[in-house]
Amino acid sequence: MKGIHKRFPGVLALNDVSLTVKAGEVHALLGENGAGKSTLIKVLGGIYIAEEGEIFIEGKKVTIDSVKAAHENGVAIIHQELVLVPYMTVAENIFLGREPMKGRLVDSRKMTEDAQALLDANGMNISADTLVGSLTIAQQQMVEIVKAISFDSKILVMDEPTSSISDKEVDSLFETMRSLTAKGVGIIYISHKMSELEQICDRVTVMRDGEYVATRVVKETNKDELIALMVGRELTNYYTRDFLKPGEVVLKCEHISDGKMAKDASFEVRKGEIVGFAGLVGAGRSEVMKCIFGLTKNYKGEIEIDGSKVQIHNPIEAMKYGIALVPEDRKQEGIYKIQSIKYNSTIEVLGEFIKGIFVNADKEEEITQKYIDMLSTKTPSQDQLIGNLSGGNQQKVIIGRWLATNPKILILDEPTRGVDVGAKSEIYAIMNDLVKQGMAIIMISSELPEIINMSDRTYVMSEGVVTGCLSRDEVSQEAIMQLAAN
Amino acid sequence: MAEEKAVATQGAAGSRFSKAAKVYFKENMGIIAALLVMCIFLAVNPLTSSSFLTQKNVFNVLRQISTNLYLACGMTMVIILGGIDLSVGSVIAMSGCVAAGCVSRYNLPLAVALLCGVLVGLVVGMFNGYVISSTTIPPFIVTLATMNIAKGLAYVYTGGSPVRVVTKEWQFVGAGYIGPVPTPVVILAVVLFVTALIMNKTKLGRHLYAVGGNAQAAEFSGISVAKVKFLVHTYSGIMAGLAGIVLASRMYSGQPTAGDGAEMDAIAAVVVGGTSMAGGSGKIGGTIIGGLIIGVLNNGLNLMNVNSFWQYVVKGCVILLAVYVDYIRNKKSKL
Repeated sequence: MKGIHKRFPGVLALNDVSLTVKAGEVHALLGENGAGKSTLIKVLGGIYIAEEGEIFIEGKKVTIDSVKAAHENGVAIIHQELVLVPYMTVAENIFLGREPMKGRLVDSRKMTEDAQALLDANGMNISADTLVGSLTIAQQQMVEIVKAISFDSKILVMDEPTSSISDKEVDSLFETMRSLTAKGVGIIYISHKMSELEQICDRVTVMRDGEYVATRVVKETNKDELIALMVGRELTNYYTRDFLKPGEVVLKCEHISDGKMAKDASFEVRKGEIVGFAGLVGAGRSEVMKCIFGLTKNYKGEIEIDGSKVQIHNPIEAMKYGIALVPEDRKQEGIYKIQSIKYNSTIEVLGEFIKGIFVNADKEEEITQKYIDMLSTKTPSQDQLIGNLSGGNQQKVIIGRWLATNPKILILDEPTRGVDVGAKSEIYAIMNDLVKQGMAIIMISSELPEIINMSDRTYVMSEGVVTGCLSRDEVSQEAIMQLAAN
Repeated sequence: MAEEKAVATQGAAGSRFSKAAKVYFKENMGIIAALLVMCIFLAVNPLTSSSFLTQKNVFNVLRQISTNLYLACGMTMVIILGGIDLSVGSVIAMSGCVAAGCVSRYNLPLAVALLCGVLVGLVVGMFNGYVISSTTIPPFIVTLATMNIAKGLAYVYTGGSPVRVVTKEWQFVGAGYIGPVPTPVVILAVVLFVTALIMNKTKLGRHLYAVGGNAQAAEFSGISVAKVKFLVHTYSGIMAGLAGIVLASRMYSGQPTAGDGAEMDAIAAVVVGGTSMAGGSGKIGGTIIGGLIIGVLNNGLNLMNVNSFWQYVVKGCVILLAVYVDYIRNKKSKL
């Protein structure tokens, strides 16, 4: 791709961006949210059409003006959000829109057989007539990859493929990627996770503010240089954390179970500490927190807050006990996408400025502004729709929403998922400030460096059970994985 | 357009008010322009210029759209929730028949009769709300069922023929005047005021957008999704009951055929007014314009003596056009 320009009303989203991907390499595309990575990819995939610039594939200039044209030129994109139809089988999904025909009818047998052959060829242990909805997210991702391969793609784009799968699944994803590159496929890999670059990528191109910054060979660069290129400045302290002596126990849980994913979780959290929760996806960490926050009816086990036993039946009660939960899936469980920052910031504390039919609009703005300032959320105004913000800023608004409830215990479920490095570092600093002020934070995270660097203590869960607690001295990737795979 | 002013004046004073007004015009520019074009056309067209802008005709239009807008008030909230209420047309028939029956069959006082009519709507609305909030049966199906049940009960109760009421007082609600203003229009002003208040000024209003925009996030926010659904459907039922007694009063009788297809006109007003069928967004201010467009259109076609069969075709085209223009504008603003 050479000299790509893309304008949107009021913004130049891509300014003279060039990208070269060699056959058989994994080429990482790095940049903070809003740097223009997705836009560039959408131009390549035929979703957007660039005003200027040229695309060459195997040396030939091509015109990609539709998704179909992209497919015909051997470009396949696996989007961050999976676009499979859950009620259809794996085979039907793979051949969606180009079903093998027998006369005027779909030849389902051939379709299933062909799909199975593809799955087997790529070492995937999935039956072609399973419903996609019954697969795990990682498996669905594999199906997407098989689908992409079945187009005979020369270029495969993967937009944050590991954001919602566990480490074990990441390994098998990487294996699949390696076998693809061995066949000469060029892969463009978008990710926020630095550690993955070293593992899988050959070269890396950094973008910032819609412009090309630099391309480096992964082996010849390091994390600090890349981060500096991305944010345009040196990030001195990526993790901010002053470890102080924690206070008394505020939350104590014994044998929490929801009868399904969460089986037996016992742990305690002290004032002024960050307690990490590590484990594989599906280990039941979020489910335990849902019990504590009153989102699960009929949980079993005991919850003690400040030394006294409590029963929590719904989130309202949980909030009364000073608990707040920033959910894992920001899009599904957090934001009201088509509403303003103001609306999204204040939805938990309406009682503070709405009395019957009297709305104190000044107070509403004051509350909103307080958390915009506190979290340094970047937004043109309070009336901006939250859906238009970057992931990091959306996350800040949601954290602010829950801080507004004045919690004693703040549960953060994957607080930095889909958040760019700059904002990530800021969120760590905020967490550090909050615990210094005496808040207790529970942080569920699948990013081990985050857990290791931020937590006073780390609980590890496996298959619904807390299998161990690691102190700061004991914690390491190996120690966590040992307990997680228990 | 007295009711527009009524809605507007309840806003806060000063700059916030003018800001809100600006946003209102910006959001509804397309449909306001469409309405103005229609009004100007009817005012200058030689066929209609003599009759269109008379006080009598203006009040006539407002009276005609008032029952549709009562329904549309409830429907706006239901659609913002991401649902739909198909039962309102049948509730009109049932509540009108019950109210008329109360007077002519049981000789109950007028006020009691009217109250009974509204109660019919309340009960059907509560039933809809209860089923929708406590199960996962789609609102479309639930209200399709209650639509048939209510319609059937209206026929059973009346035996298929109108329940006549010939007293002067009976007419007051539907065909009377308060000062120079027709009673239904006064009721409309009150209804719009109350609805705007609920939607913009109360916690329920905020919760409504939350549930419609992202029900799962609303659960995490500790909002009682079931309660919001229940209350909104109940409100829609009450509005339909109100429309039922106003129509019955205007027709001197409760008729089991009254309100046939009224739900569709209400949905049209809401959708033309810019509320998304996907839920989560929409304003009562838009619905008002939507209702006015449909009302002025009907009136204009009548004044121009357009064949009533063709009126359906024109109405359909205008609805499609209005929504299409909105679609184009949204598409542009998204890019």
